[in-house]
Amino acid sequence: MTETSSLVATPTSFAEQRSRSSKKTREGKERVIEWLLFLAAFSAVATTVAIVVILLYEGWSFFAHVSLKEFFTHTQWTPLFAKPEFGVLPLLTGTFVIAFIAILVAVPLGLLVAIYLSEFAPYRVRETVKPFLELLEGVPTIVYGYFALLFVTPLLQKLIPGLSGFNMLSPGIVIGIMITPYVASVSEDAMRAVPMALREASYAMGATRWQTATKVVLPAATSGVVASFILGISRAVGETMVVAIAAGQQPNFTFDPREPAATITAYIVQVAMGDLPHGSIGYQSIFAVGLVLMAITLLFNIIGQYIRNHWREVY
Amino acid sequence: MATQPFDVAELRTNIAKRRRWDVIFGLVGLVATMVGVVVLLTLFIDLIIDGWQHVTNKAFFLNFPSRRPAEAGILSAWVGTALVMVVTFLAAAPLGVAAAIYLEEYAPKNWLTELIEVNVTNLAAVPSIVYGLLALGLFVYILGFGHSILTAGLTLALMILPVIIVATREALRAIPLDIREAAYALGATRWQVVSDHLVPYASGGILTGVIIGMARAIGETAPLITIGALTFIAFLPPIPFTGEPPAGPFDWLFSPFTVLPIQMFNWLSRPQPAFHELAAGVGIVIIVATLLMNGIAIWLRYRIRRNLTW
Repeated sequence: MTETSSLVATPTSFAEQRSRSSKKTREGKERVIEWLLFLAAFSAVATTVAIVVILLYEGWSFFAHVSLKEFFTHTQWTPLFAKPEFGVLPLLTGTFVIAFIAILVAVPLGLLVAIYLSEFAPYRVRETVKPFLELLEGVPTIVYGYFALLFVTPLLQKLIPGLSGFNMLSPGIVIGIMITPYVASVSEDAMRAVPMALREASYAMGATRWQTATKVVLPAATSGVVASFILGISRAVGETMVVAIAAGQQPNFTFDPREPAATITAYIVQVAMGDLPHGSIGYQSIFAVGLVLMAITLLFNIIGQYIRNHWREVY
Repeated sequence: MATQPFDVAELRTNIAKRRRWDVIFGLVGLVATMVGVVVLLTLFIDLIIDGWQHVTNKAFFLNFPSRRPAEAGILSAWVGTALVMVVTFLAAAPLGVAAAIYLEEYAPKNWLTELIEVNVTNLAAVPSIVYGLLALGLFVYILGFGHSILTAGLTLALMILPVIIVATREALRAIPLDIREAAYALGATRWQVVSDHLVPYASGGILTGVIIGMARAIGETAPLITIGALTFIAFLPPIPFTGEPPAGPFDWLFSPFTVLPIQMFNWLSRPQPAFHELAAGVGIVIIVATLLMNGIAIWLRYRIRRNLTW
């Protein structure tokens, strides 16, 4: 940048002036770039705000027609009928029955996998199995939907006579298997974070692996393990395609997992498939239930994150 | 001890009993872990049994969907998926990497940064269908993009943004401070450090994150149904960048579309078994695409981890 001549020339030589002005443009460029990068990062905040605003705005128009009391107490959900009913309870029971079945599958399975991978598995087994679990997490939900409808349901029908072709049991089980790798990996992270010294102390007292795992490591990792369950429920509640395909898309106020039902997500899909006119009550209703869905998952996520970060034992 | 031989025997059986528990759980744990692998294989075999005949048939990829199962194909669906993925990639990769660079290399420690961080974490946990509702309200109606390829691509881009941000940040964080200090010591500006050193060194990790994000986007169905993707499309969008300017080169962005997972959902929703077999065929195509992408990403990550030498 500086030429040799500038060393002998006066301090305000041409070369030095050029270097100064280029320093100025360079600083300007730096500032512009920093601004652009900031805007990119801020898009995360903008997205959240946009989600909340859109849901509230369309949901607001919905609740101008339907009272909150009707929404949360009536047991019929038929917004597209000639005589519409707007009780969200059937969608909520469908959502939670399926999420409950899913968590019933995912908790024991995920916990076993986590304990095994973190405390028992030889290094080689762990390194081979983990990529497989990651692949399982990557399978698209639509494929799981196929699996639930055309593989799991027929199988269950052989075990439970009279089970209808659409039911809550089959998607519940499949979603459970689907979120198992996630529950397992969050739990395993928590167990791995337990310091080696605790395990060594336990082994030094003559404890076996099983005793160390269940009486030392698991209690020490409780916060992370509980968080994995709660975050798992949140995922099950937000899952869409498996239920839209295998549960039958009929709002049904029941707790019987053998019956067909619709969830919040399945209802949104059903309405969106039907091409409703923009601004109609049916169109607004998907934003209203979307608001409920968002509130439920957000609540579970906040509780899960809080437990993970604040109940943690610090060693 | 010798005076109490009885105790030693009891102790031995006691220890043996406890050791047996270890062995039993070792097996139970292995079986539980294998459940995942078994499910993955069952799923794959189930799809192949039902759908293999279609995947091996060239016409399946060259035909439009049809009411007659024998003539139905996925031409419009795979072209749609490819075009939507182009938009998603072009929107998500630069935005995600830029956001990550800001958070990792520029952001001051203040409430604004904290706010952005919290948002990125929470967005990763928002159900995908909620992104669909956002896009339906914002892109389709307020911005007037319609039920188009552009809307679909942007929707999926927003959805995978957190994946790319998290992966890029991890890759940047893995670069030792020495590299930055050395570059600064030579008079490099912040952007020169980032663009000449950090991004090239982190490129492997960034690539992994982008691929995993794209793999998620390719199989995503719910948000695209929500924005009103059509399920029956018997034409192709205009070929990109061929039309007459000014609007011609970009008219493909505003074309109606369908994608592979929606085509699969459509066929799966019909009662006839012949359509279910077609759905299985699409399923194979989708799962091969996602597993391939995820496989590449996982392999890339393990390779990077092994070759890490600074």
